[in-house]
Amino acid sequence: MSSNKPHDGPGEGPRYGPRKGFSRRTFIEGVGIGAGAVGALGAADQARAATNEVVGPDPVSITLSINGKTHKLDVEPRVTLIDALRNMLDHTGAKKVCDRATCGACTVIVDGSPVYSCTMLAIEAEGRRIETIEGISSDDAMHPVQVQFVEHDAQQCGFCTPGLVMAGKAIADRNPRPSMADVESGLCGNICRCGTYVGVRKAVYEAARESA
Amino acid sequence: MATKYDWPAAEDRSLIGKRHNRVDGPEKARGDAKYSYDRNLDGMLVARLVTSEVPHGRIIGIDTSAAEKVKGYKGHVNIQNVGDEIQWAGSEILAICADTEEHARDAAAAVNVHFETLPHWVKDEDVKKAGEANRVKPAKDDTKGPDLDEAWKSADATVEGYYGLGIITHCCLEPHGQVVDWTGDEITVYASTQAVARIPADLAKGLSRDESIGTVAAESVHVITPYMGGGFGSKFNIDTWGIACAKLSKKTGKPVKLMLDRDEELKVAGGRPSDYGNIKIGAKKDGTLVAYESETWSTGGIAGRGSPPVPYVYNNEERLAQKARHLNVSTNIGPARAWRAPNHPQAAVLTMCPMEDLAAELDMDPVEFFKKNADLTARPEVYRYEIDKCAEMIGWKDKWHKRGDSGDGPVKRGLGLSLHTWGGRPHDSTCEVRIQPDGGVSVNMASQDLGVGTYTTLSVIAAETFGLQIPDITVNIGSSRLPISGASGGSTTVGGTTASTRRAAVNALDELKSVVAESLGVEADDLAAKDGKIFAKSDTSKSLSWNDACKKLGNRTITGHGKQPDRNGGKLNDSGVGGVQMADVSVDVETGIVSINKIAAVQDVGLVICLEQCESQVYGSLIQGVAWALYEESIYDQTTGTMLNPDMEFYKLPGAADIGELEVHMVQGKYDDRGVIGIGEPPAISPGAAISNAVANAIGVRVPTLPLTPDRVLAALENA
Repeated sequence: MSSNKPHDGPGEGPRYGPRKGFSRRTFIEGVGIGAGAVGALGAADQARAATNEVVGPDPVSITLSINGKTHKLDVEPRVTLIDALRNMLDHTGAKKVCDRATCGACTVIVDGSPVYSCTMLAIEAEGRRIETIEGISSDDAMHPVQVQFVEHDAQQCGFCTPGLVMAGKAIADRNPRPSMADVESGLCGNICRCGTYVGVRKAVYEAARESA
Repeated sequence: MATKYDWPAAEDRSLIGKRHNRVDGPEKARGDAKYSYDRNLDGMLVARLVTSEVPHGRIIGIDTSAAEKVKGYKGHVNIQNVGDEIQWAGSEILAICADTEEHARDAAAAVNVHFETLPHWVKDEDVKKAGEANRVKPAKDDTKGPDLDEAWKSADATVEGYYGLGIITHCCLEPHGQVVDWTGDEITVYASTQAVARIPADLAKGLSRDESIGTVAAESVHVITPYMGGGFGSKFNIDTWGIACAKLSKKTGKPVKLMLDRDEELKVAGGRPSDYGNIKIGAKKDGTLVAYESETWSTGGIAGRGSPPVPYVYNNEERLAQKARHLNVSTNIGPARAWRAPNHPQAAVLTMCPMEDLAAELDMDPVEFFKKNADLTARPEVYRYEIDKCAEMIGWKDKWHKRGDSGDGPVKRGLGLSLHTWGGRPHDSTCEVRIQPDGGVSVNMASQDLGVGTYTTLSVIAAETFGLQIPDITVNIGSSRLPISGASGGSTTVGGTTASTRRAAVNALDELKSVVAESLGVEADDLAAKDGKIFAKSDTSKSLSWNDACKKLGNRTITGHGKQPDRNGGKLNDSGVGGVQMADVSVDVETGIVSINKIAAVQDVGLVICLEQCESQVYGSLIQGVAWALYEESIYDQTTGTMLNPDMEFYKLPGAADIGELEVHMVQGKYDDRGVIGIGEPPAISPGAAISNAVANAIGVRVPTLPLTPDRVLAALENA
């Protein structure tokens, strides 16, 4: 159930999370679960929306900006951002777990906000700045959040880790001195099954201060 | 008698028992770790399952004609056929593949399966109704210890109550599944598994049952699993979807990925049996426990399951009169799989909760009551020590109050405890350790790291033995072509793999020493490896750096072999541990919401290898315990016969803000002489009982069944 209503313009659509910290509730409000998400549309989408152009079911050409690089791809409009990243671009750091905006394993950062990439269409991500786990470290140096994940043993099987790292980075990006309550609230859209939260909380708390 | 294989004495350990960063930590934190789900092979097809919507029925037709016309369709294989009886909703019927994930979904949705429906039964809590539906079978009726009637007569206080806990499902974040690439005679399987070495034979056997495929040799199967995203006891076998995936790969000539969807994962690939029971328990005035009698029942699906070992921990057969009857309820739900410490978490609830109620009846502090009866356990000294230590950590003396004596406000605080035990006997393992002329060292075996720290523990063992550092060691696991090692289940991995690695490393070092001895002009027995050097103990000036020592090998590579068990291989491991946990909770009696203030855990495991990863196992167990104590439960609907919450919105798991403060104490030093014992199961047993007891202490009434959801808490208060 996706609606194609035109709206005000780039950056003015529903935010995928509030500006300061984020919680699962606002996260879900942001993606409009159950009601069908509109999202901030890319330029091509806006043009289509303005003319009420219906796209699909055949693939459409889009360009995605991921970690500062542009990628051209042909996707069916129903393809989610997580599936485009994983299946078409081999960016497999983000994981598909619940596939419905609950667990956060697919978290990437879009225009500075953490987003459940399982609940954003790839075509909606056009024209937006997408950061994935693959883009936040260099060969020589990990991001402070990643460093602290290792220091605090904030991982077991590791399947939820990339999502938690990205959620942690989003917290650190917005607030250099988060309280533990801020950290918990910012992480509460991510679920770990092995039970690594003790290390994760400490890691994000420390990393935010370090990267400030 | 001491042997060269024994663990170094405490003062000689530079790495064992210390804190170390997880070796595979950076790769996981970077998102570079490749799981089965992440494999994207050239030309790979994607497969989906078609499963049964009916809980019980017979297949009368499978129509794939529309599916075969779907864009991108590449093939399908039947898992079950017309005439087969379906015993649970979600039962696998066929696998179908296409060029993309989207097309595979379209194709799966276009398959029409027709059933003749048969009567189903999915509920087990109401055993009377299940009996009326002819679903109940006796499974156990054991009487042990002193005469039961006499014991009841001698009891000054008795408690009779109903206790239980529902079904939970494993919900591994990486679902079950694999990528299979069948090329010529080679079958490469990237499987999400806890049993790398077992899968080749399992898959070959499954394929060979299909006449159209013929005999498949286990040796043609190569399993590759460097990382896997959670198992908890549910990923030992190739399963129907693995066999179907291989058949699709053979049929299409392409690699095929088949990973379960979330709802399939929750319905059919996990499941810890429920347990409910009426328990009667009695003690003398002074708190001496005299009798325990139980009638319990549970379901593990259509075929039933084992019964919980009750009475649990407190089970001395000479002094405690005990009678345990168990009934199996057969249900049309996905079959149970092993969950961390099979049957023990349930047994803990069915024993520790009535015990806490009896302490309240006796007007005794449960810590005193549990300690007083420690002689009824197999390890009285261990438990007394651990109860005291844990009580200190949680602040029991200051915070505990009599049951229900929690003030007038709507938020009531309470404390509770539970004890547990587990074996953790090491599994069989073989290991090859290589020393290269350039100084490189590798540890090689067909084991796996489920996230518990196998890469790290094996690095520590080799580095400790050679006097090197963790980064000097390469650990190669996760391939079935390496020396065979056991499946990771029942807390058997760390004991088995560290022993085979230690023996292989000592044997490899002996060979190196004999080469070095010659060049230094000393006896090999006089040589020691420490701090990156090999030197003569009698004259430390006679010394070579590790790399220079290895250069003496010329172009020869040393391969040291080690195995577990090995009668002459020293005392490296053991089985049997204790463990105590205490919970501090707050309960809002107006909303019924329970929140965790703190949980403290004390755990012995013999010799700790990696302290930090050991603690992580306990933290993880406590968090999983909070999950099944307060949130998660598989809910089945008798009308439709299906699971109502096979997703992660309504199958509730806690987040980072829901777990309170957790404090873990690993017992080190006291039991090091026992050697290594597994850690995966023991701490996963007690959290539910400890939390339930804390809630009872807080609100003054027992909430009979877990999870302790607000509705159950409010109902218990209402009924009080």
